[in-house]
Amino acid sequence: MSLASKKDEESGLSTYYNNKTTVIQEARVFNDSPISPRKCRALLTRIVYLLYVGESFTTQEATTLFFGTTKLFQHKDSALRQMVYLAIKELATTAEDVIMVTSSIMKDMQPNSEVIYRPNAIRALCRIIDPSMTQGVERFFKAAIVDKNTSISSAALVSAYHLFPAAKDVVKRWVNEAQEAVNAKSSGSFFGTSSNTGSYLGWGSSSSSTQQSGYQATPSTSYITQYHALGLLYLIRQQDRMAVTKMIQQLGGGKTGNGTVLKNPMALCMLIRYAAKVMEEDPNIQRQMLDLIEGWLRHKSDMVNLEAARVICEMKNVTAQQLQKPIAVLQLFLSSPKSSLRFAATRTLATLALSHPTAVAACNLELEQLISDANRSVATYSITTLLKTGNEASVDRLMKQITGFMSEISDEFKVIIVDAIRSLCLKFPAKHASMLSFLSGVLRDEGGYDFKRAVVEAMFDMITFIGDCKEQALSHLCEFIEDCEFTKLSVRILHLLGIEGPKSQHPTKYIRYIYNRVVLENATVRAAAVASLAKFGLNSLDEKLGKSVKVLLNRCLDDIDDEVRDRAAMYLKVYQEPPLAEAYVKEESVFSLSALEAKLVSYISDPEASEQPFDVSSIPKISRAQAAKEVARPSTLETLGAPSTSKTATPPPPTAAETQSAYAQQLAEVPEFAAYGAVLSSSTKPAQLTESETEYQVSVVKHIFREHIVFQFNVSNTIPDTVLEQVSVVMQPAGEVTLTEDFLMPIPTLSSANSPGVVYWSFTRDTPEEYPIASFQCVLKFVSKEVDPSTGEPEDEGYEDEYSLEDTELSAADYIVPTYVTFNSEWDRLRGGASVTETFSLPAMQSLKAACESIIEILNMQPLGGSEDPQSPSVHTLQLSGLVAGGGGKALVQCRMTYLKGQGVTLELAVRAEKQESADLVVAAIM
Amino acid sequence: MGLSFSSLFSSLAWWSKDKDVRILMLGLDSAGKTTILYRLQIGEVVSTIPTIGFNVETVEYKNIKFQVWDLGGQSSIRPYWRCYFPNTSAIIYVIDSSDRDRMDTSRSELLTMLSEEELNGVPLLVFCNKQDIEGALRPEEISERLGLVGEKGREWSVRGSCATKGEGLEDGLDWLVNAIQKK
Repeated sequence: MSLASKKDEESGLSTYYNNKTTVIQEARVFNDSPISPRKCRALLTRIVYLLYVGESFTTQEATTLFFGTTKLFQHKDSALRQMVYLAIKELATTAEDVIMVTSSIMKDMQPNSEVIYRPNAIRALCRIIDPSMTQGVERFFKAAIVDKNTSISSAALVSAYHLFPAAKDVVKRWVNEAQEAVNAKSSGSFFGTSSNTGSYLGWGSSSSSTQQSGYQATPSTSYITQYHALGLLYLIRQQDRMAVTKMIQQLGGGKTGNGTVLKNPMALCMLIRYAAKVMEEDPNIQRQMLDLIEGWLRHKSDMVNLEAARVICEMKNVTAQQLQKPIAVLQLFLSSPKSSLRFAATRTLATLALSHPTAVAACNLELEQLISDANRSVATYSITTLLKTGNEASVDRLMKQITGFMSEISDEFKVIIVDAIRSLCLKFPAKHASMLSFLSGVLRDEGGYDFKRAVVEAMFDMITFIGDCKEQALSHLCEFIEDCEFTKLSVRILHLLGIEGPKSQHPTKYIRYIYNRVVLENATVRAAAVASLAKFGLNSLDEKLGKSVKVLLNRCLDDIDDEVRDRAAMYLKVYQEPPLAEAYVKEESVFSLSALEAKLVSYISDPEASEQPFDVSSIPKISRAQAAKEVARPSTLETLGAPSTSKTATPPPPTAAETQSAYAQQLAEVPEFAAYGAVLSSSTKPAQLTESETEYQVSVVKHIFREHIVFQFNVSNTIPDTVLEQVSVVMQPAGEVTLTEDFLMPIPTLSSANSPGVVYWSFTRDTPEEYPIASFQCVLKFVSKEVDPSTGEPEDEGYEDEYSLEDTELSAADYIVPTYVTFNSEWDRLRGGASVTETFSLPAMQSLKAACESIIEILNMQPLGGSEDPQSPSVHTLQLSGLVAGGGGKALVQCRMTYLKGQGVTLELAVRAEKQESADLVVAAIM
Repeated sequence: MGLSFSSLFSSLAWWSKDKDVRILMLGLDSAGKTTILYRLQIGEVVSTIPTIGFNVETVEYKNIKFQVWDLGGQSSIRPYWRCYFPNTSAIIYVIDSSDRDRMDTSRSELLTMLSEEELNGVPLLVFCNKQDIEGALRPEEISERLGLVGEKGREWSVRGSCATKGEGLEDGLDWLVNAIQKK
């Protein structure tokens, strides 16, 4: 009680004292003379406090404060100086011209400076320094990293870590020093380098001797420097798997783990993580690494045991036998008196239970006891684990227990439980009734957006995957939007109702809920409700319902919001002209959003393009099902099996459109291509020109511009001890081509560290209207130089070498982008356009399926309506659509095929396109 | 000798008023400001690197404590000089006497600075540094080039110096102490 009142008082005071305007005004004390260290320190504390609680200063305010702060360098008070450094570090991100303190900081970093200043100064320097200046402080940093004083050494290591991304080459040279810091035996005492201990605490005067000991944690026992040094070593070496492996073996200390020099448990935890990463990337050394990690299961530090156990549990393809030891360790922790250990163990087990429920079941007894744990987080995890390991029979009992304490846990854990229930539903669909009632129950409880969203998404999944509960779930959602404070959720539910509602047996019962939204909610929800209503009206087979909805839409025309009125008016128009419904209500395709974004970005950035309207027809389309798949990546059924909290889960591969925009960005960085205009099309994936296991790996990506074609060769050098110089690719066209060579951009030097490099070859298209098809013989040319292992520098003498690559083809597929259309209507529409029909005989094809696959690959077009899977072994029709780059417009292909054993496939290829060139291109590709 | 003793005495009295003697040392890059600063502070010639930002040191001269702010002279840093103008007791402006090419730049930087309101009436000491270099301009010539004769409302003096040998620095500081007191 008294605590609460004290808190109120504090917040009252702090709003008065710690408000931005007061602080800025009081910054005058920085200009006072003489300076009062006490006042300045208090004010700096308040500035830092404000920044920590999330207050933001404008650039100008921050700059003013920053310059005020710099004036405090005149005072020697060490407590003030430390505060100055803290403030500088915090202000450095927003203030301008922070470089002004460089000289002052560098002076404090000097070895003859007072020891208490040095670590602070080093840490501040890395925040304000310009990457180009790193070289200038190199000598100093090298000395500081191996300084006997651990504070200084740690500060230098951490700063080096932060400098690394900006100044890789310089920091890389500090690897020997970092290695030395890892190996450092017992570190010297904190005051080791200082002869001048009396003046640390200018303000402490006579009592300084008693305060000294409390000034800094005794560093000789923590070995924290090892942790920092290991972090830096890994950062420097992370691209080089061999070096990382060697480092782990060296520092790991043999099979028992006893020989390790690492005494800091955090450093060991990091080493375990690195080992796990290496193990995942290279299965060949899995055995050795696993031995090391298993050794750490018996380390004397709990932290290390846990980390080792966790890493083994998260290993891909881990076997039940490998799991035995770590689970035994975790099982012990489950009955530990320390709640942090219990928490960590249950959390790891909860994740593991997703993939290996039987292995975790061994701990069920301990987990059952934890359900009533005083720590609700532990209880939550143990319940969710039990839900996964348990059988169908135990579900009801657990559900009852969960309902009991749902109100006592935080939103974050509620989300975890809801996720567990969701996967349980999909595992035991028979239990959907009790789970649905549980979900609808918690939906009525208090809770934040994330929690409510998890519940709503769980219900969405049930609607999609468990047909039986659709009606029930929809009506629960209808009830929820009657009183939903989250606009985003209301909109999503209304959208779902619009899609699922009209298909249900009694669509009318949803209308009331939806129309209520039009009456009661904010404009965003009203607009969504109008769209949803219209779908009922236009998609329903019931004539009467259609009319009633029309009446409701008419009322919406009086809405005060533009968007709501516009939508109502649009749908009413659709009512009058049924063909429009095909395009606006029933249309199954949407624009590929990432492609649309990329095109819009290049449209905006090119001033000349703005003279013409944006060309929407060049954007590829995808079907709704595809779009849903892209958006819902994390929540679909397939990923439910994988632990969603795991960091090791690889991000989904980028879609074709995303790679396209990445290429466009890459090309935009090359000034020579600036005049070429926007890229019309790039190959979706690089074509490999070498085997994957060779010394030099080359792949090619083709970029089509309006008047040019650019070949991008990605070249990797996999040999660590050679450097390739003047790397280029010689392209020899086979036969006549209508392309003129422009220029070649070689790679000056290519080592294994900076691989892959890019060689560009640019060609001009002689006649931009045509689509040249060609084949090139390619040879990689370079000067190879050995690297001297002692210096890391390449030797002066090298020899020229060649490496022949596979041929590069420039084919029809390079000009075509797959796009989704509704085939039949589009095919009819193009009746009057360019059209070509040819018949081919393909005796080599062994089946219709093989023929379909190769045609799709050759043309790079979108198969429509599932026509890529032939149903009959003898006759099939394949429908394809694509967009031809460079204003070629749409091209549709209908392939009628027959298959006869002994004769192969006979193909009648009919092409309809908006332009004759496009049609010719498609036919030429098959020939 | 008599003069310096009396000035010392009176300045002690004035020091007791508990006021900081804050001196700004400015000038183009590589004029020798940092060298002068440490020559004054520790009496040695230190090897310097271009100052990015500033150095601030307390210089004790004849028992008076000066707080000398040596601001970097590179063109990128000059705009920030003004951040340090408030509460200035005196300005020392350092010129590389052998750098004839940039004499005009040096002059215009000086005049721009003097026109700042915050520095009204603040005494100005100009050190024509690097007098030991052959072909260096004499202080009189520089004084003429700077054209400070019209400068009213402020004490000023243009003096030759050589920071590496320590010549002329003490004379200059003596003058400066006197000028500050008169203010």
